[in-house]
Amino acid sequence: MTGLASGAVVDSARASGRAALIGYLPAGFPTFDGGVALLTAMVEAGVDVVEVGLPYSDPVIDGPTIQAAADVALRSGTKTADVLRTVEAVAKGGAAVVVMTYWNPVLRYGVDAFARDLAAAGGAGLITPDLIPDEAGEWIAASDAHGLERIFLVAPSSSDARIETTVGACRGWVYAASTMGVTGTREQTSSVAPALVGRVRAATPLPVCVGLGVSSGEQAAEVASYADGVAVGSAFVRCVLDATDETDALRAIARLTSDLAAGVRRTSA
Amino acid sequence: MTSPASSGIGRFGPYGGRYVPEALIAALDELAAAYEKARGDEDFQREFRRLLTEYAGRPSLLYDARRLSAELGARILLKREDLNHTGAHKINNVLGQVLLAHRMGKRRVIAETGAGQHGVATATAAALFGLECVVYMGAVDTERQALNVARMRLLGAQVVPVHTGSKTLKDALNEAFRDWVATVDTTHYVIGTVAGPHPFPEMVRDFAAPIGVEARAQCLDLLGRLPDAVIACVGGGSNALGIFTAFVPDTSVRLYGFEAGGEGLDSGRHAATLTGGSPGVLLGAHSYVLQDEDGQTRESHTISAGLDYPGVGPEHAYLHDTGRAVYRPITDAGAMAAFELLCRTEGIIPAIESAHAIAGAREVAGELGPDAVLLVCLSGRGDKDVATAAKWFGLLDESGPIT
Repeated sequence: MTGLASGAVVDSARASGRAALIGYLPAGFPTFDGGVALLTAMVEAGVDVVEVGLPYSDPVIDGPTIQAAADVALRSGTKTADVLRTVEAVAKGGAAVVVMTYWNPVLRYGVDAFARDLAAAGGAGLITPDLIPDEAGEWIAASDAHGLERIFLVAPSSSDARIETTVGACRGWVYAASTMGVTGTREQTSSVAPALVGRVRAATPLPVCVGLGVSSGEQAAEVASYADGVAVGSAFVRCVLDATDETDALRAIARLTSDLAAGVRRTSA
Repeated sequence: MTSPASSGIGRFGPYGGRYVPEALIAALDELAAAYEKARGDEDFQREFRRLLTEYAGRPSLLYDARRLSAELGARILLKREDLNHTGAHKINNVLGQVLLAHRMGKRRVIAETGAGQHGVATATAAALFGLECVVYMGAVDTERQALNVARMRLLGAQVVPVHTGSKTLKDALNEAFRDWVATVDTTHYVIGTVAGPHPFPEMVRDFAAPIGVEARAQCLDLLGRLPDAVIACVGGGSNALGIFTAFVPDTSVRLYGFEAGGEGLDSGRHAATLTGGSPGVLLGAHSYVLQDEDGQTRESHTISAGLDYPGVGPEHAYLHDTGRAVYRPITDAGAMAAFELLCRTEGIIPAIESAHAIAGAREVAGELGPDAVLLVCLSGRGDKDVATAAKWFGLLDESGPIT
């Protein structure tokens, strides 16, 4: 049984005149239980959609912060099955949960089997940073069969024709990568993201969420002024890496979530 | 388990494709279009040939290695890529790519390197064309290949040691990829092997292909016939495809690729991707990968920095599955024995990578017998490996360096 659709959650935030807050942490970071507790704390403090990362050995579009988190998760023995168990634990609390994953672990698990087990765990779908729709035939079929969302990425370098194709393959929402580069917090939000979101809107009625670089309520408010959702990853990971212990990490996650949640509401007209 | 070829772009059977972030697609499309144009452009081809001849020193010699032949029990012809400028076959691909990048108006090139041969070749071509050059190299490799680090710096390149993951070639590739995602407007990524997303596997193969075209003609001149087998070492696989490609249609010619077997396949400590791995996606293409049951990449192990990579080019995966080429592992010990043999019989110090091909030739000679003619790609020279080899053979004084 598929869980709460993240697209519906983003839509309902939009209907209430604000942007949705999307929060990322890898599963198994810093441990299995610790990861579930942190993700649950995020939801309680105001994250609308949870992105559970599948830690991978070769994260080529992640910067040093998320690489470090993936290393911790893999060294603590996190398996693909643990990622699915994390999804199940967080989804049980009523949150909309998607998995963000590089493609090889899914290919290895079996694309249809992964889709089936993700749906059974209550997951809503997948964000696939290194799978473009052109190569996604098997995933498109599996996600159709199991009722899952497909969140592909668009980038500032995407042509209008590619945006058209990509949003046509998306289900749920569209992930707009705000900058050309890897994940990580940045001092300034992207100047090219508003134009990219505008081009996506011209091609689809689906909600458009923006990620890469957001770390504060102020930046979240700025992105929320033109996007339907604000995705935050490295800043959450940083909270955990910098924390002295688990309690401190939970407190830091809650504090950042509250700041970001206020940010996505600040622009409501 | 195979993956469907959804797009059919850049596929070799089920292998290849483009498993990369959308951010890179525009650049890959631009590169594919520029390459397609260059391929049919007589000016480009003439300039590429001129660089190979006047700058790299092609054609490379085909050397009838009589004393080695007597030892191995078959006639061995060595294709002397070690005699190219910069000391390895890598210069062929790099001159092609940097010429193309220059034509595309790129001001900066980046590269990954394992043994340092590809980094040196890229730094060389960047100096020749006046381009900025950054080379990523695993921190383990900057130590074991210190000489090549110095060479790159002398040529004006910035060498960035990579401290993530296993600190070897795989991590250098990841870091070069991260750089490229952020700088793709101004930068060309000179991938050093027949791997990566389309169009790299095809383009790199084509730029390396003069090796086989020359060797085929040289064999016909020398023997009046084709060789019985063509032999090369395989890491990512560019020297192997470089020498294989001209022979692929010659079905009477057997093709053998020798992978780095490290401490042996059973030990789990090796870099033999085709013989010890399984299909998967790594570095932007579907091919064979060394991976665990969850699809996490396994670390590779080999004495040869240039073969120390848990992936392999997608066209090799296809040649492997179809049986057109045969792939086998050679252990560190087997490679080093062959290394010593070539030094002592022919006065040629090979790269440790190439020593895997010599060790393979010993196996093939045993199977095909004394009348067989084996064409072996001697892909690079061994100056960079002298310290590693001296350590292996116990030539170092305990108290310090060789004096």
